[in-house]
Amino acid sequence: MDLLRFITAGSVDDGKSTLIGRLLFDTKNILADQMEAIEKASKTRNAGEIDLALLTDGLRSEREQGITIDVAYKYFQTPNRKFISIDAPGHIQYTRNMVTGASNADLAIILIDARHGVSEQTRRHSLIASMLGIPHVAVAINKMDLVGNSEDVFLKIASDYKELAKKLNIKDLTIIPVSALIGDNIVERSTNMPWYTGETLLSVLENVNVLKDYNSEDGRFSVQYVVRPQTEALHDYRGYAGRVQSGTFKKGDSIKVLPSEFESKIAKIEFGGNEVDQATVLESVTILLEDDIDISRGDTIVSANSAPIVSQDIDALICWMDDKKQLKPGNKYVLQHGTARTRCSVRGIDYQIDISTYEQQDEVDSLKLNDVAKVVLRTAQPIAYDPYQSNRATGAAILIDETSNITVGACMIE
Amino acid sequence: MNFDYLDQLEAEAIYIMREVAGQFERPALLFSGGKDSITLVRLAQKAFAPGKIPFPLVHVDTGHNFVEATDYRDMLAEKTGSKLIVRYVEDTIKAKGLEEPTGKNASRNWLQTFTLLDTIEEFEFDACIGGARRDEEKARAKERIFSFRDEFGQWDPKRQRPELWNLFNGRIHKGENVRVFPISNWTELDVWAYLKREGIELPSIYFAHQRELILRDGRLLNNTPVIESDPEDQIVTRQVRFRTVGDMTCTAAVESSAATIEEVIAEITVSRISERGETRIDDQQTEAAMEDRKKGGYF
Repeated sequence: MDLLRFITAGSVDDGKSTLIGRLLFDTKNILADQMEAIEKASKTRNAGEIDLALLTDGLRSEREQGITIDVAYKYFQTPNRKFISIDAPGHIQYTRNMVTGASNADLAIILIDARHGVSEQTRRHSLIASMLGIPHVAVAINKMDLVGNSEDVFLKIASDYKELAKKLNIKDLTIIPVSALIGDNIVERSTNMPWYTGETLLSVLENVNVLKDYNSEDGRFSVQYVVRPQTEALHDYRGYAGRVQSGTFKKGDSIKVLPSEFESKIAKIEFGGNEVDQATVLESVTILLEDDIDISRGDTIVSANSAPIVSQDIDALICWMDDKKQLKPGNKYVLQHGTARTRCSVRGIDYQIDISTYEQQDEVDSLKLNDVAKVVLRTAQPIAYDPYQSNRATGAAILIDETSNITVGACMIE
Repeated sequence: MNFDYLDQLEAEAIYIMREVAGQFERPALLFSGGKDSITLVRLAQKAFAPGKIPFPLVHVDTGHNFVEATDYRDMLAEKTGSKLIVRYVEDTIKAKGLEEPTGKNASRNWLQTFTLLDTIEEFEFDACIGGARRDEEKARAKERIFSFRDEFGQWDPKRQRPELWNLFNGRIHKGENVRVFPISNWTELDVWAYLKREGIELPSIYFAHQRELILRDGRLLNNTPVIESDPEDQIVTRQVRFRTVGDMTCTAAVESSAATIEEVIAEITVSRISERGETRIDDQQTEAAMEDRKKGGYF
């Protein structure tokens, strides 16, 4: 059984919380005491109707305002798969939270209210899913019961959405007519929409192939920690601990260490102290090399036959996340990329993207919270990267404010 | 490729452990003797093998812990060759003149925070690894894997750092610290499935046994002098196991005949009640009990 992480984008008005509640409920993942607590809380708030939104709103201020502010995680499973549901707020003022949630998602559910069709919000959420490189998008056209379960309404919205998707980078798209309130086409197939013969939402969640999404070509391994037991028996042991970011490594493979450009061969790969034949994407292992070369945290071990780009000059899409300070050309930050940290300065802002209209705006002199833009950065040390859209693991970086230590920017390197 | 969800969760947790060792100067692993922290120790062993775990195990002992759990703690520290640091809530109470809660459901659970913060200060720990999981409780579902705490150990849910991809930002100023939760994405069942797969032995109280208990408000508490008796209490003997193992004053037993890991997993799989809902008295008091404790520096 494997694991799927998905994000649900939409607002309370689109029935997002009801949709998540419905998924949990119909897959029998809500426990008796949780249901009782929701019933109790529902009674004190509104007129008795059970509010499945209360399942996901964890903080006091969220319950008071009846909205999701922060990213919330829910865990459930079916006989076929384990799921991590990432619930991020839909409003424009919480764009940074959605970007955060989207960064780790394999699939995005984008909710559209059948009564309103493709909206500004749909465009915004779709752009974020595309920009963050989420491989699979499932568009759930919700509240079909309120438009008479009309096939024409569905086809019109589906066609509008496909038009929109042409401007984006969405690799795998499925569009499903649903009613979260009634439960149509979520887990159970709808009898109200016999004209729809495609998959239910759960069926899409259970069947998308996630492992195929990872870059399996280019061997990349960012060194986290050097294991040196320094005991009598293991006197000369030097193991490089890290997680395979993409590709596969095997004993005997020729590798290169970046940014130093030293070359060597893999002498041994270990997991939990035992030798293993190979290590592939996502695995946390320890690599031992044939040559005694100087490697430390922050270095990248790559397959010799597929070198990444090594450079100090970087173009990146950035989502700005600091609510107090703005990004301006000339500002300096710490860039964290893999396990490497280096100072960087902002050389310039190429253009800003209006995430609702997709229009580019030139001559922008600063970025504030939630702004998305293309920026040019210069790093103090060279970094070894791949373009984000071909390798999410090695094309991603964050900016950290040197004085407050807060994470202020999400970068997708181009 | 045969890399299932448990392998994925394990690889992620090992990655997080190594980020702690790589980013911080004085990390510690908070160890309680419970199944979640036992899981953490195994993950740490695997992360740094064949080397030893490069940080100490720290236990804040309320003095009301199950002897089975503290014995297990000592045994495990010895077996893994880890340094064990134990600090006692009793000592903090005496040194700081803290007032102990009294009355029917009195617990030292909250006082642990004082001892924990003193211990962090004493050893200048900059990162403390804990076994909290997001599926346990709704405030925990919102917490970051690297959770920033200010110099008073406080969590501010509105000022959490965005946590993107697997790029964890552990930069702090002196005196601040980060709580790190490597098994954030695990569920109770995942922990049990992992303990089973790894063949890890657990303290005996996790399995069904006969025990003398206090029956109070429908819950079964260990019959011990540290729990203040109440005229309404009934003393009963039942076959039980503990689903969570914390301080005796706030952890209830469940009736069970599950004597092996397999039987425990079967029992949880069909259980219709959540782990903390069934056994934690400390969470029941208000809708935001955990959120409030965390803001005050609790784990």
